[in-house]
Amino acid sequence: MKTLLQTVLMAVMAAALSGCQYDVLFPAGWVGAQQRDLLVISTLLMLVVIIPVIFMAIYFPVKYRADREDKSDYDPAFAHSNKLEAIVWGGPIIIILILGWLTWIYTHRLDPYRPLDMAGEPVEVEAVSLDWKWLFIYPQYGIASVNELAVPEGRPINFRLTSSTVMNTFSVPALGGMIYSMAGMETKLHLVADETGTFAGRSAHYSGPGFSWMTFDTISMEEGDFEGWIEKVRAEGGELSRASYLELEKPTIAEPVHYYASVADGLFDRVRGMCVEEGKACMDQMMMIDEAGGGGLEGIPLEPLFEYDPQRAIDGFGNLLPSDDLSAQNLSYSDDAYLLAMLTSDADALCRTTPEQDNGN
Amino acid sequence: MATEALHTSPPDTWSPIFGRLNWGWIPYHEPILVGTFSAIVLGGLAVLLLMTRFRLWGPFWHGWVTTIDHKKIGIMYMALGFIMFVRGFADAIMMRAQQAMAAGGAEGYLPPHHFDQVFTAHGVIMIFFVAMAFITGIMNYVMPLQIGARDVAFPFLNNFSFWMTVAGAVLVNISLFIGEFARVGWLAFPPLSGASYSTGPGMDYYLWSLQIAGIGTTLSGINMIATILKMRSPGMRLFDMPIFTWTTLCTNFLIVAAFPVLTATLTMLTLDRYLGTHFFTNDLGGNSMLYINLIWIWGHPEVYILILPIFGVFSEIVATFSGKPIFGYKTMVWATACIMVLSFIVWLHHFFTMGSGANVNAFFGITTMIIAVPTGVKIFNWLFTMYKGSVRLETPMLWTIAFIVTFTIGGMTGVLLAVPPVDFQLHNTLFLIAHFHNVIIGGVVFGVYAAVTYWWPKAFGFKLHEGWMRRCFWLWVTGFYFAFMPLYALGLMGATRRMNAYMDTAWQIYFVIAAFGAVLILGGIVCGFAGGYVSILKRKELACGSDPWNGRTLDWATQSPVAPYNFPEEIQVTGRDMFWEMKQNGFKWSGHFHDIHMPKGTSSGIVLAAMATVFGFAMIWYIWWLAIISFLGCVAYGIAHTFNYDRDFYIPAKDVEANESKDAIA
Repeated sequence: MKTLLQTVLMAVMAAALSGCQYDVLFPAGWVGAQQRDLLVISTLLMLVVIIPVIFMAIYFPVKYRADREDKSDYDPAFAHSNKLEAIVWGGPIIIILILGWLTWIYTHRLDPYRPLDMAGEPVEVEAVSLDWKWLFIYPQYGIASVNELAVPEGRPINFRLTSSTVMNTFSVPALGGMIYSMAGMETKLHLVADETGTFAGRSAHYSGPGFSWMTFDTISMEEGDFEGWIEKVRAEGGELSRASYLELEKPTIAEPVHYYASVADGLFDRVRGMCVEEGKACMDQMMMIDEAGGGGLEGIPLEPLFEYDPQRAIDGFGNLLPSDDLSAQNLSYSDDAYLLAMLTSDADALCRTTPEQDNGN
Repeated sequence: MATEALHTSPPDTWSPIFGRLNWGWIPYHEPILVGTFSAIVLGGLAVLLLMTRFRLWGPFWHGWVTTIDHKKIGIMYMALGFIMFVRGFADAIMMRAQQAMAAGGAEGYLPPHHFDQVFTAHGVIMIFFVAMAFITGIMNYVMPLQIGARDVAFPFLNNFSFWMTVAGAVLVNISLFIGEFARVGWLAFPPLSGASYSTGPGMDYYLWSLQIAGIGTTLSGINMIATILKMRSPGMRLFDMPIFTWTTLCTNFLIVAAFPVLTATLTMLTLDRYLGTHFFTNDLGGNSMLYINLIWIWGHPEVYILILPIFGVFSEIVATFSGKPIFGYKTMVWATACIMVLSFIVWLHHFFTMGSGANVNAFFGITTMIIAVPTGVKIFNWLFTMYKGSVRLETPMLWTIAFIVTFTIGGMTGVLLAVPPVDFQLHNTLFLIAHFHNVIIGGVVFGVYAAVTYWWPKAFGFKLHEGWMRRCFWLWVTGFYFAFMPLYALGLMGATRRMNAYMDTAWQIYFVIAAFGAVLILGGIVCGFAGGYVSILKRKELACGSDPWNGRTLDWATQSPVAPYNFPEEIQVTGRDMFWEMKQNGFKWSGHFHDIHMPKGTSSGIVLAAMATVFGFAMIWYIWWLAIISFLGCVAYGIAHTFNYDRDFYIPAKDVEANESKDAIA
């Protein structure tokens, strides 16, 4: 038993000392470093209370044990002391005040939506979590990659994120904090890599059978290498059209890295709008219709325009299930101008024909 | 690698008689499940045979199943908790084994389809059917005794609540052998838990078992509030109540306020799945963020529902074993009340990473930190109760000390996670897993073991075997640190929760250490059960009087085991720690007893719950005819029960007198 314990302890020490894997404690980017600092400061601040508490929790029962020799200090009536109560309320309150103040400052400074105050032209990355892989679109360069995120060292990276079906979390702990990606919605994240290297990235929110393999390498490289990487993607990659995106979107597990040399215009906005498929209404159009009072009873037959999930249904092993999608083109609709506008996704026409348009705003 | 076509779910069929249930859903090709099933069937048969052999069916039915005695219901809740604890722990050790194996391309022995059910079941079972069962059991047993009451306010409702909880637990366990369980994580976030991305019956098992058990929990909450507010002994003011009763009151307020939110949320998800509504879908205007907010508006108070009664348990224990009243009684009560209120304004800290603005995140981060203040006050009060005391280091006290140390560490990591920018890094990592196990095991589990050791003599008249309970304690505590400290480290390396496999082989050693810790915990659990078994064998030697620990509150004024009527006469309460005061004044019962009016047992509770189980099963499998019949059956039986006028009886004064004098001789 003893030798086993010793072996285990040795293993713990050996593992704990090989510090370079602790991405959260030794990050490679400014955001991560700030978050690490806050982690350390908060821990130290709390240890001011925690250490005395742990000490007392062990010292008091030993010192005041029932079988001690001198029991003259036993005071069976001692149950109240204004002085002590002031300390037990006051101490934690002061610490929480300091910590709360720090939290306020840092939460605003490190708001994931806030662009970094940093020199250098930002790299825009549009990240999409698919079942079960990551698609990274570089709109400035018109390229995209799957399961590999290349970033130039020292330049801010501005992420816009969305998801194709279920919720995921984009996480590269070496660079900084994470953010959810959700279908039909957009989230933002701002990070920067201050060192070159390859860092682990993954989805940190359970998303189904392929979740464990939803990982990607984040490769931070010098500016020249980054340009080289772009060239490589352009040379090796295929075309990411709306049609090939719909192929890519189908569930796969442990998808290998591959590239796209060109990306259809506005693809990310269509992914976010859940309208990559031909004949589907985009989220913003649907919201506009809702804003204008909704489709009404006449809108009921148009449901397939807005239907999204049933065509992506999977079984328990992640296999796509066959769906009986009524394609929007097969719909028969009345000739009403309002419905026509909805069908043709013509937002302007929609506004013109909406019966009760609020002109105030 | 594309998803393997070899693995597909059973065919999607429907027949009017069996709904969507077909042979494909019986997992006879999974050796782990077949083994478990055989063991349960053989064990079950053995129990049935033994019960028949020793003619225990009558006593079991009349003495336990139909009982409305709060003490027996309390004990049954504890039994349910321990049975489900074995199930939940089996899930835990399976996960630990899988993660210790599946590094660097190795697949381990659990494929995702199975692993994902295991972690979902582990969370659901441990929270809803273990922790909730335990705290409800302790509250049921102890609280009426502490306020000097005969029973709870609505004794039948109590029995019904218990059996509804059992019904939920039965459904979860049926899912092992018929169909599958959900693969969504314990809170079942949509869209993953919606109709499209969780096809099959697993998610429906989740919904119906929680809804049915939730009815029991909500009703039990109402029952206990009514009991505390209306059934205290004459003279007992609110500020004379023992701390445990106070925490029970606050917890049940939380239950009554929070559980309807859970019910409504799960109902909306059920409607999405069954009727095609769009509350939480991606399309047609649904929004999953609503679900996540709603479920945590229930979920965060739930955490305090679990821990507040345990704070009460430790308050009783620390006062008793220090030979002093609790330090700062009023502060303790106000701290509990503060926690109760604050627990409703912190829910967003569970998803800082959803992209709320900095103002919102900072608000919820700071409110969360504020909860640390009353919690810290409680810890100081326990410490100062020991200060200048006469501390007896009996097993319940050992658990208390381990709790204070462990819970304090868990509290610290909790405040770290409450700082939004820190949470951005640690959210959903194993750091978070380590944190909440640190507070739930260090708090609830340690507290339950402490409570069981403390009140066992009250319930059965003999103490638990000290040697085995100490072995249980040491294995549990060391096991906990081995199992969860490595997870903190892994979290700081960026390892996330719910991973079936991982590539980084440097993580493996930490998972192996964690698995070793889980084995130590297994040893602790075994020693705990062995302790119970040995104690029952040696009950003559371990017999103790009605007040073995020199208690302070009214629960110790009763006989051990407690007579069905609890107290032979009413007690006039004049202050706090009433029993302590009574002992100082040489209290004795008057000896002039009256007939005692008692509620009578009924089988309605288990019949209704059985029909609810059938209803749940029928809904899960789309067996509509059975669902209609069992639902109408429930309603009809519930109405019929209201016409049952055979509800009470009297214990004659001479029986009371005989029983009380017997105790005096012993």
